[in-house]
Amino acid sequence: MKAATKTNLKLVSLVLGMFCFGFALVPIYDVFCEITGLNGKVSGPTITEYDDNFNSREIKILFVTKNNENMAWNFTSEKRILDAETGTAYTVDYTFENPTDYPMVAQAIPSVSPGKGAQYFHKTECFCFEEQLLQPGEKLTMPVRFIIDPDLPDDVPVLTLGYTLFDISESHIKLQASN
Amino acid sequence: MSAVIDSHSDDHHHGPAKGITRWLYTTNHKDIGTLYLWFSFLMLFLGGAMAMVIRAELFEPGSQIVSPEFYNQMLTNHGLIMVFGAVMPAFVGLANWIIPMQIGAPDMALPRMNNLSFWILPVAFGILISTFFMEGGGPNFGWTFYAPLSTTYAPPTVTFFIFAVHIMGASSIMGSINIITTILNMRAPGMTFMKMPLFTWTWLITAYLLIAVMPVLAGAVTMMLMDIHFGTSFFNAAGGGDPVLFQHVFWFFGHPEVYIMILPAFGIVSHIIETFSRKPIFGYTSMVYAIASIAILSFIVWAHHMFTVGMPIAGELFFMYTTMLIAIPTGVKVFNWLSTMFKGSISFETPMLFSIAFVALFTIGGLSGLMLAIAPADFQYHDTYFVVAHFHYVLVPGAIFGIIAGVYYWLPKWTGNMYDEVLGKTHFWMSFISVNITFFPMHFVGLAGMPRRIPDYALQFADFNMVISIGAFIFGLTQLLFLFIILKSIFAGKQATSEVWEGAKGLEWTVASPAPYHTFETPPEVK
Ligand code: HEM
Ligand SMILES: [Cu+2]
Repeated sequence: MKAATKTNLKLVSLVLGMFCFGFALVPIYDVFCEITGLNGKVSGPTITEYDDNFNSREIKILFVTKNNENMAWNFTSEKRILDAETGTAYTVDYTFENPTDYPMVAQAIPSVSPGKGAQYFHKTECFCFEEQLLQPGEKLTMPVRFIIDPDLPDDVPVLTLGYTLFDISESHIKLQASN
Repeated sequence: MSAVIDSHSDDHHHGPAKGITRWLYTTNHKDIGTLYLWFSFLMLFLGGAMAMVIRAELFEPGSQIVSPEFYNQMLTNHGLIMVFGAVMPAFVGLANWIIPMQIGAPDMALPRMNNLSFWILPVAFGILISTFFMEGGGPNFGWTFYAPLSTTYAPPTVTFFIFAVHIMGASSIMGSINIITTILNMRAPGMTFMKMPLFTWTWLITAYLLIAVMPVLAGAVTMMLMDIHFGTSFFNAAGGGDPVLFQHVFWFFGHPEVYIMILPAFGIVSHIIETFSRKPIFGYTSMVYAIASIAILSFIVWAHHMFTVGMPIAGELFFMYTTMLIAIPTGVKVFNWLSTMFKGSISFETPMLFSIAFVALFTIGGLSGLMLAIAPADFQYHDTYFVVAHFHYVLVPGAIFGIIAGVYYWLPKWTGNMYDEVLGKTHFWMSFISVNITFFPMHFVGLAGMPRRIPDYALQFADFNMVISIGAFIFGLTQLLFLFIILKSIFAGKQATSEVWEGAKGLEWTVASPAPYHTFETPPEVK
């Protein structure tokens, strides 16, 4: 093979490799955020068991609910503040209501702050990552169960669990139509 | 002049074709270089006209001549056209003209692909500009096209924008492959890497940067396309995606991109400073290593554009220190340029004037970059006119002055005629003064809190903005003089010698002026 052809082939494979790398940044980014807890990203439901001799301590947990953009649902949590202890399981109920006169699909996206505490917030049950369909006027209550890891660093006295509710009816319709 | 290579003798069998087909079908590196340069000049005026609209709107506070929606389209397309249409093609044009002559090669390695990579560029920009005449208007989300502005909230024409970016990327990638293959395989015997002229060196490294990051940009716009049309959620939080991810992907391309726009200019001014100081460049080897380390570092600093997105402290520190590290190789280069001039017998022809201005004003841009690199300080500077001042100092009296200097330097080689020196100096002084009137006050209004990307501003910024606009109008008009000077040197002017500049070093100065259609068909010997 001519030297120039060899160079060309190498360069073309570099181009293809970097194109794939661009897409690989997506999972890399997610994994990186999950491992480090940066960005308040939290992993899906996990079951964690602790043996009896951990040191539990007191911590405040704040619950924030928010609607994205023009989302019309009423979205509230049963509590705004909880005085909790690490290592104990708690349940908090969230209510969703569709006050419009048409069916809608929504999804709640969680975020825990401060970021460095996110990885210690273990949810054992959660409605997040699930798409929820509500008929006009329908109301629904769903629980979030969680345990705060006793290893939570001492300089984190408060954790905030935020949910943002997104209206995804449109993309849902698109998806169904394309199926 | 004994070294003049006479290639006229075999011109009869393949001189340039006649008429328009010469340009459409050409595979000659000089023709393609000329096409690139004229295309980029046209884009400079188009992007410049948009800048004039922007500055006319900002001449006084309040709404002046265009609607805020149209203002956003002007702003976005000004940035896109200047970056992808003016600066990058100008460097590719210079590379086409000069690199084969500097390394003693007869042409580029892949001449047909060379033709293709040029001719798809007008197509890409045709598509981009056509969006202005469609429903919803042109792109309006800034040249950085952050999602979800460019996805959820974008005008319907965004699909055309994405297509145009894909084509521009393809053009750059093909151009880069061509340049690397040419440099690696077609150097004249005896031209080792460490004898390679610096412009060729800077382009070799730039081409690698392009090949590494243009595909990532293509990936980013492809993800946008999928989010918009195929229901994916790369950047859509509602579907579990993340808009911040877009910024990471974009700036992974974007920061190396800013070095793509400056490294070839480093090469050009190195040649000019050594020629007009009549001394070999000081610290050639350290120049090469400095370029290489700037290029490598440019891959790990991208998030300095994102200090305010909510990064953890460790990230802020990492990107702050790595960014500051780049100042070291950059400082080495500035030091070398100054040392080359030190005790040289300097003469101040137009290319030298532009190069000296480059060194001085690019350094100002580098220093404001260092200020922006201080993460806590950037919380105040971010998205203000201070950032606008920074990147215009590195791009206008940086990249653009570098290109202009190169054009003056090599113009006699292209046209065979000397340009008009008096007009050239006039062009320089008008540009130098007006560029500073335009961009220096932006530091002040930026520090005082004037945000960027707005069509209106608070009253206290009024005086400075009027000064800025006046400077901008002068700068814009002055570039018409540049066009005139170039045209004049094509049609008239003192006949240039082969050497053109007294004592100029490099193989391109051994061929006749104007350079014959084919050069170095038998490779020269490099000692
Ligand atoms: C010493 C070298 C440099 C340093 C330390 C530096 C640092 C920075 C930083 C920290 C920012 C982000 C500011 C903000 O958005 O808050 C920035 C923006 C920018 N820089 Fe530089 N920079 C340097 C050289 C350059 C060069 C050589 C170029 C191009 C030739 C360049 C072009 C830009 C552009 C275009 C932006 C603005 C991007 C945008 O947000 O639209 N910089 N620079
Ligand atoms: Cu940068």
